[in-house]
Amino acid sequence: MRALTWHGKHDVRVETHPDPEIVNPRDAIIEVTATAICGSDLHLYDGVIPGLMSGDILGHEFMGRVVETGPKSTLKKGQRVVVPFTISCGKCFFCEHQLFSACDNSNTAEKQDLSEPLYGHAVSGLFGYSHLTGGYPGGQAEYVRVPYSDVGPIVIPDGLEDEQVLFLSDILPTGWMAAENAGIEEGDTVAVWGCGPVGLFAIQSALLMGAGKVIAIDEYPKRLALARKLGAEGIDFRRTKVLEALMEMSGGLGPDAVIDAVGMEAHGFMPDTLMDNMKQRVGIGADSAHALREAILAVRKGGRVSVPGVYGGFLDKFPLGALMEKGLTVKTGQTHVQRYTEELLRRIGEGEIDTTFLISHRLPLEEAARGYENFRFNQNEWTKVVLKPGMTGA
Amino acid sequence: MPLHRTPRTGPEPRTLALLAGAGLAAGAAVWAVSRSRENPVVFRPNDDAPDRASRHPGGTMPVGRTITINRPRSELFAFWRDFSNLPQFMESVEHVTVVGDVSRWTLAAPFGRKVTLETRIVEEVPDRLIAWRSTDGSDVRAEGAVTFRDAPAGRGTEVEAVVAYVPAGGEAGRLIARLFRLVPAMQGRRELRRFKMLMEAGEIATSRNRKD
Repeated sequence: MRALTWHGKHDVRVETHPDPEIVNPRDAIIEVTATAICGSDLHLYDGVIPGLMSGDILGHEFMGRVVETGPKSTLKKGQRVVVPFTISCGKCFFCEHQLFSACDNSNTAEKQDLSEPLYGHAVSGLFGYSHLTGGYPGGQAEYVRVPYSDVGPIVIPDGLEDEQVLFLSDILPTGWMAAENAGIEEGDTVAVWGCGPVGLFAIQSALLMGAGKVIAIDEYPKRLALARKLGAEGIDFRRTKVLEALMEMSGGLGPDAVIDAVGMEAHGFMPDTLMDNMKQRVGIGADSAHALREAILAVRKGGRVSVPGVYGGFLDKFPLGALMEKGLTVKTGQTHVQRYTEELLRRIGEGEIDTTFLISHRLPLEEAARGYENFRFNQNEWTKVVLKPGMTGA
Repeated sequence: MPLHRTPRTGPEPRTLALLAGAGLAAGAAVWAVSRSRENPVVFRPNDDAPDRASRHPGGTMPVGRTITINRPRSELFAFWRDFSNLPQFMESVEHVTVVGDVSRWTLAAPFGRKVTLETRIVEEVPDRLIAWRSTDGSDVRAEGAVTFRDAPAGRGTEVEAVVAYVPAGGEAGRLIARLFRLVPAMQGRRELRRFKMLMEAGEIATSRNRKD
């Protein structure tokens, strides 16, 4: 099969790999019909997530058709399914408590050793997201082996197009959980850092959950325009002092809740960012966290901090004083995708949520490397890239 | 050598040394030839943590790990007690033969070697404890125990597996023992994770895309 593989910083290639086969009884094999490049794939592309190996197949947002099932799979050949990026056994303490991204069993026994020194515990397996999360081959490929196929994949009814439901695999539930983690109460003011796909879905979700005002922070005009279209007010951090603006736009109170949808690669020319970026380049596992620091300073006393943005390592100059003195609540985590797919599929089916507005580019899988390059370096124009293995070149 | 220490808290038997034969092969091979002192001094900190968490490991140097498995105690005990099941999740155990009260474990050791561990059960409490010790004829001198306790709040069972080797005498022996302690510790915790996967999820997680 053809698959997009990682070979180093800013070096990804579509190559031929052996087709996957059923290995464990609960497996299914999916023939991918649509797969997307995620903002978090850019952390891999930039080489700032530890634990990737040359030749690893990337991709964790994918859907397709079931072509083969193991004896304990509940799927049937021919079904169309969206596959959550979190691999979860459904049987352990964490899965039983709907904490699917904390699954005890899906990260492999050997690779759990990599996470324990770094995080204290191993987190669940993820598709195509480094060996810290199991080293599972990802979904930017023609075929994927899907473990625990009786728990994860959600069957898509006829009548819904791939592009309407593909983002159930990650970014839609991630934006939804980000808003849920912000504990939004009717009429709240919510500030969202980053108008990438997760930030935009968080804005959409926050409004659905009753936020009175959502303020979106980014630098790219097209992304800010998408945020405004959803109903948010925008702040361009290149032109505007964010903290001052947020205070003024929330009656001097500060937002009730803040959402960091940027994560470990905050950029720009703020002094802390320049310092973080230098450390990141040296490869000492440092995260760049300007957005998170700013969010913690901005949020009102007793407010809530939600962090869907990905962090992988360590941080200094963390405003712990503000966190403690203001009595803030922080919620974060990789998304418990399986917890949300059913409800979000229903909302899509009823026309309440549209996800297709996000997609700026559609490419054949063969052109995936071009997709990465543009999604990374041309962020104003390229808001979301969908790859289609079946599509012929433009 | 004492297999258990007297419980300092609670009614459950607390096991000192232990576990199931497995993964230990690598380290074990090093000590295979040694026939050393009995009753080494074990450092006992004045707290409730297992000795293997000590900052000053000494004596028989037990390695081990506790894991919580979301299944009933009796089911886990029964699966483990049938030693022929163990190679399913212990990668270094090639096979187990049971003759009477003696079990012979064929273990894969470094450099393609094979080591035989011959053990006898020295204590068994149904659904709670299996403790074993190597026989005089064994290549490897070791003892171990696996303990099954109800986890709090209905979370299933806490399984604790510990194994202790008898290290060679002298400073050099202690140094080697310390270095090689790491390998059985690593293999032991991986085997416990695989046991948990098999019992909870019914299969052992792998990121391999093909069977071969």
